[in-house]
This record gives sequence, C-alpha cells and structure tokens, in this order.
Amino acid sequence: MLSQFLQFLFSGITVGATYALAALGFTLIYNASNVINFAQGEFIMLGGMLAVYFAQMGLPLPIALLLAIVIPAIVGIVMEKVAIEPVKGADTVSLIIITIGASLVIRGLIQVWLGKGTFSMPAFSGDDPIHILGATLLPQSLWVLAVTAVLVASLWYFFSRTLTGKAMLATSFNRTAAELVGINTNWVLFLSFAMSAGLGAVGGILVTPITMTSYDVGIMLGLKGFVAAVVGGLGNGLGAVLGGLLVGVLEAMGAGYISSAYKDAVPFVLILFILFFMPRGLFGGKSTDRV
Amino acid sequence: MQKNAYLGLGLVAAVLIVLPFVLPNSYYMDLVIRMAINATIVIGLNLLIGFAGQISLGHAGFLGIGAYASAVLPTHFGWHPVLAMAAGAAATALIAGLVARPIFKLKGNYLAMATLGLGIIINIALRNEAQWTGGPDGMAVPAMALFGYELNSDKQWYWVVALLLTFSVWASLNMIDSPFGRALRALHGSEVAAQVVGVNLVRYKVTIFVLSAVFASIMGSITAHYIGFVTPNFADFFHSIELVTMVVVGGMASVFGSIVGAVLLTALPQALATFEGWETVVFGSVLMLCMIFLPKGLVPTLAAKFSKGN
Repeated sequence: MLSQFLQFLFSGITVGATYALAALGFTLIYNASNVINFAQGEFIMLGGMLAVYFAQMGLPLPIALLLAIVIPAIVGIVMEKVAIEPVKGADTVSLIIITIGASLVIRGLIQVWLGKGTFSMPAFSGDDPIHILGATLLPQSLWVLAVTAVLVASLWYFFSRTLTGKAMLATSFNRTAAELVGINTNWVLFLSFAMSAGLGAVGGILVTPITMTSYDVGIMLGLKGFVAAVVGGLGNGLGAVLGGLLVGVLEAMGAGYISSAYKDAVPFVLILFILFFMPRGLFGGKSTDRV
Repeated sequence: MQKNAYLGLGLVAAVLIVLPFVLPNSYYMDLVIRMAINATIVIGLNLLIGFAGQISLGHAGFLGIGAYASAVLPTHFGWHPVLAMAAGAAATALIAGLVARPIFKLKGNYLAMATLGLGIIINIALRNEAQWTGGPDGMAVPAMALFGYELNSDKQWYWVVALLLTFSVWASLNMIDSPFGRALRALHGSEVAAQVVGVNLVRYKVTIFVLSAVFASIMGSITAHYIGFVTPNFADFFHSIELVTMVVVGGMASVFGSIVGAVLLTALPQALATFEGWETVVFGSVLMLCMIFLPKGLVPTLAAKFSKGN
C-alpha cells in the first residue's frame, strides 16, 4: 500500500518538476508582458530533442546539454523580436494566436528536420534504481529534482537580490511606472523570453531519459505547464512551482488509482475546478480591476 | 440589414447556385462541400471571437460531440439520425452552458484555458471509450435519412450544405444588427461602457458561446454523415486551432471574412500536399503573419482599402 503510494508520489514529483519549470516560464513572460506564451511547450520539446541530437552527434554530454539550452533561448529571443515586440499592446486574442502560430512553426520545423520518431538518451548517472520503503526511485529523478531546486533557488536570488531581477519585478507590477524610473522594459521583455525558453529547455532535457521525447511532446507538456501556472495563481512564481508539483502528483495518482488511460485528462479536470471555484488560483492574491 | 450586406448575401447565394454547374469533377465538388461546411462552422465561431471578443480553443470538441452523437446513437441504439443530431446539439448546449457560466465571470486568458481544457477532455474521452467510439481508429457513421429518403450523392449533399451556409450567413447578418448583436459589439468595445448602458455581460457572453457551440455541434453531425466516418482527430486541439486560424485570416467580426478564411485554409492543405510535412510550418506562419501584418484579417483590411480609394 505504502510502497505503491510512494511509487506514484515519486513519479508524480519528477514530472511535476518539469511542469513547474514550464509554469515558471509562463509566469516570467506573463509578468513581463501579459502574454500567455502558448509556445512554452515547444521550448521543452526543443531542449529534449536538441540534447538527443547533439549527444548522438558525438559531442561530449556537457557541451551537448549547453547547446540544447542556449539554442532554445535564442529561439525564444528571436520569437520575441519578430513576433511579440512589433505587436505590443495588441489584445489578448491576437497575442494568444501569435504564440500558437510560433509554436506550430517551431514544432513543424523540428518535425521536418528530425522526423516523427521517438528519441531517448541515457540517464546522466546510470539506471540502477534506489529502493526506498519498497518503492523505487531512478537516479535521473534525483537529477530532475536537484536541478529544479537549484534553478528555483537561483531565480529567487535573482529576483530578490539583483538589480536586473528587481527591474523585472517592477515591470510586472507596473510597466509605465517602471519606464518612468528608467527601466528599459524592452530589455526586460527580451530577458524574460530568453530565461523562460531556457528554463523550459532544461526541463525538457532532464525528463528525456525518463519519458523519452518526440517532435510533438511540447503540446501536452506546455498545456500542463500552463495549467500549473494557473493553478498556482497566474503570475505568482512560488505558486507556479507548487502548482507544477501538484499537477504532477495528482496526475500520477490519477493514473495509478483511477485510470491510466485518463492520465492526461487529470490536469484539465483540475483546471476546470480551479477556475470554477477559486479563479485566482490556489496561491494568487486578490486583485481589483481599474475602470 | 445594410445594403452592402444584402449585396454580399446575394453574391454568396449566386456563387453557390452556379458552382455545381462549373465544377469539373467530383474531387472539386468534395472540396467545395468541405469549404462550405467549414465556412458555416467558422461563421458561428466568428460570432464568438470577432463580435464578442471571446476566444474558444476547444471548438473542435463541440464538433466532436455532434459528430459522435450522430455516429454512436444510430449505430448502437438505433436512433434516427435527425434525433441523434438534436441530442448531440442538446448535449453540447448543456456542457457549454455549464462551463460558460462560471468562466465568463473571468477574463480573456482564462476562457482560452477553460475551452482548451474542455476540448482536450472531450478528445481523450473519445479516444478511450473504444467500446462506443471505436477508439483512435474511429467508427463508421450511418447515412443521413430525411423523410425516408437517404442522402448519399455528393450533389444532394452539396445542396444541403449550400442551403445551410446561405441560411447561416443570412441569420448572422441579421443578428449583428439586432439588439443582441449590438450588445455583443458593445461589450467587445468596452465591457464597462456596455455594462453602464445596461448590457448583462455574463448573460450575453454565455448565450453567444452556447449558440456558437451548438452551431459547431450540428455542423459536426453534418460532416460526420457526409464523410461517413469519424475519428478523434476531428475533435483534437489542432483542429480547434485550424478553425481559429480561419476566423483570423478571413477577418475577425466579418461574416464574409469567415467564408474567405474557410475557403482559403481548406484549400491550403490540398495545395501543400506535395510538400508533405510542411503543412504545420505554413499554418503557423500564416497565423503569425496575419496577426502581425493584417491584424484585422483579409476581408476587413481590403474593404477598408477599397472604401478609402473611393
């Protein structure tokens, strides 16, 4: 009983960490620009696919992984420059459609370049499972959790202790006021796309040895990351991380105890309930609209 | 209705009457029927996106409910196809209404999230309930019969679909200029201002959302009967995006734009058939380029150019 529960919990927290990184990506961009970036999932996919590609090319693992983070970040920057900056201030519907368009382009290009196959890569430090109270934990899961924890901690440091981070926070509170005190909000937008693409890519790389990857994994991962961001209260960084873990764990429990066929439906049922009963998310603050 | 609208309606009707006599073969006949079906769906979706300013990323889910009602109820329970279609529409109205009421108290991004979630849940259910729906492989749909007369040739289907399209153009043109339509446009312009002059925001948004979902469900049934087969892909996220693309390319808040968008994007995959695999890239690029350079869509942009030239 307990071992089964632990098993579901482990796998839930592992995927949940990826959702958390994706949700953080959504949050960063949303705070900088009020854009919901539907291409977030494609950065996750790019990370995984590029890591596999460069590793199979024979590059040493650290270099392959670095490239697989830097290239998606560049893609994020290009996307911001080409598609988001020119239409700043467009309405929500237009912005949603633009990011969906970008996600289709990225996914389509990868499909043409690397094909429709499913790829995997060896775990970073072997596949010998660790036994805990009758449940098994893969070493790769520890990598996922450790890297996520380090990233979350450094993001916290970045936002609370550095000038650039504080400038980003200021922009998310009030764009005009931030501009008035001399913050370059275009630079903030630029940075937020680069960072959130990089975060997504890291998530994609970390889970690839466990879940495998293909050109179309970005849709579901991105949508679930979005669910996690909304569950945590859109725009709330800590909420995004907790939301990601919650979505991951509930999904794993749903798959284990209820029906594995309906695993993918769990986050979306969850989001409908959250929107119905606590529309600001679990950790979102109260806010009022100005007329 | 304004004079221009009558002119446009007349033009649509005239083209639809002439078309079957000039189409060279059944391949084009089939293509035109699909275009007309999509145009009718897109007109309904445009009422929601273009006129009321609300986005649905799960409309294919509603198409799916209609299509599968028409497939499952006659096959497994022996229902009459018309009754099955009505049941699908009623189920859609119920689901859309239940979801819409709480959601429409929220704004933009949340509705996108909720409709997207709903669409995906519907699609997952269709894929997994294989004993009823045939699972990922899909299932055959029995023929449509009206008054004991079976619809099966492309010609017959053409007239049914053409009639539906003309009717929906006429109905939506009328609706836009009705008090209901004016209220919708008002709340798109400014929700606060609309509220001040007495528009009940939630009620209007829910009504138009349910209406456009029912529209989609009925057209889903029609498509299922016409093609004779349904698969869950018909109800997937990508199809929802395709429909939104048609709205955006043709022109938000333009009935004739909806037709143009549907015609262009139904033809596009056929034109791209030789570039197997590039469809997604092209679709995405069209979507982005349109929103960046023609944010109002083809028809409204051209119309503005034309009237300025005069």
